[in-house]
Amino acid sequence: MNDMRYEAPDTIDGAVALLAGGRGEVRALAGGTDLLVQLRAEMIAPELVVDLKRIPELRSIAAEDGGFRVGAAVSGAELGEHPGVKALWPGVVEAVELIGSTQIQGRASLGGNLCNASPAADSVPAMIAARAVARVAGPAGTREVPVEEIAIGPGKTSLAKGEIVVSVLLPARPARSGDAYLRFIPRTEMDIAVVGAGVSLTLDESGVCSAARVALGAVAALAMLVPEAAAALVGTTLDEAALERLAAAASGACRPIDDKRGTKEYRIKVAGVLARRAALIAAERAGRS
Amino acid sequence: MAKIHVSTTINGDAVEFLCEPEETLLDVLRDGLGLTGSKEGCSSGDCGACSVLLDGRLVCACLVMGAELGGCEVETIEAMAHGDVLHPLQSKFIEHAALQCGVCTPGILVAAKALLDKNPDPSETEVRYWLAGNLCRCTGYDKIVRAVLDAAADMRGS
Repeated sequence: MNDMRYEAPDTIDGAVALLAGGRGEVRALAGGTDLLVQLRAEMIAPELVVDLKRIPELRSIAAEDGGFRVGAAVSGAELGEHPGVKALWPGVVEAVELIGSTQIQGRASLGGNLCNASPAADSVPAMIAARAVARVAGPAGTREVPVEEIAIGPGKTSLAKGEIVVSVLLPARPARSGDAYLRFIPRTEMDIAVVGAGVSLTLDESGVCSAARVALGAVAALAMLVPEAAAALVGTTLDEAALERLAAAASGACRPIDDKRGTKEYRIKVAGVLARRAALIAAERAGRS
Repeated sequence: MAKIHVSTTINGDAVEFLCEPEETLLDVLRDGLGLTGSKEGCSSGDCGACSVLLDGRLVCACLVMGAELGGCEVETIEAMAHGDVLHPLQSKFIEHAALQCGVCTPGILVAAKALLDKNPDPSETEVRYWLAGNLCRCTGYDKIVRAVLDAAADMRGS
């Protein structure tokens, strides 16, 4: 028997104090769909697990400045049932809903997917494309961190000891905007991304792309923003030449590994294909005729 | 290490138990409370054999800590039949021979009931996606899908 402790504080300050005060390895628990697997596999042996699900701020979805603040421990199922978030950021919601089975959706959270820091996390490229900002609370106070700055390597985050992600702000967006996330897996459900691509864009009144963000997952050590891919779209009507440049830029940004799910060459090729398809879906959602 | 005292509701009954921090809901159900209908397959959330409802949400009991359950409501396969009267899904599984070894069956029944409670008229595609997290190594799934669709049709008719 190990000597792990379990605590379930009901305030952010309580959680931060517990995590900051832990003597050995400490872990925050949201949905637990990664943490419990890592515990069972003895990949981690924390002295303290702090369950964050009793903290109201981590469990709520609230409208904020035209966008939505999503609590870090809100489950995928809860997010998918929220009509407001789904209408504003359909790409983020579809990315979250790709995580695992119905059973996993009942527990897995946006904050957990972000802080587990897998390069293949489905929600992360979609959140990066959406310019989402994580609110991080810790012993030194609260700071606002772009989601792309949370993971710093596979399984590693920039969070200091005692810090937790409280919520993620999915911001307001201009008119004629749309986002989309696509991932490739060798089957239709229940697998980990070989490549994931998130695109968020805005069209002007004549259908010309005025702003875009493109992010890729599972093709490098971190999910990453690809500014040169976005630049290929801006100023265009997403014509064939622009889509070719987008695909080339997306493929060119990939620094993937070979593994059982796909070779480097395959991932590089698929990244371009997915970025292109996701851009077309995002444009359709933005009202492109 | 002191055990954790938890007060919860399981299948409508108030239940109190003591558990170690590392025990899962599945450990508590099977080893602590004798509710062995929920099966242990993978213990990693891949197979769905331990599917239960936690506060109305379908979850894998192997991915929930027992200590988390204070004030929660859990519903397991044991609540599905009323005495000797089977739930229509259970009857249809027998009628369609939608099981062989039976290890996946409780989890699939719990998951299928959660689907029909939410969507009484699912398409075949919706059934297949909803049950994608429930693995069956015997049936090839087709009889399971037929049984769920047939049960849904019956339940809508009654």
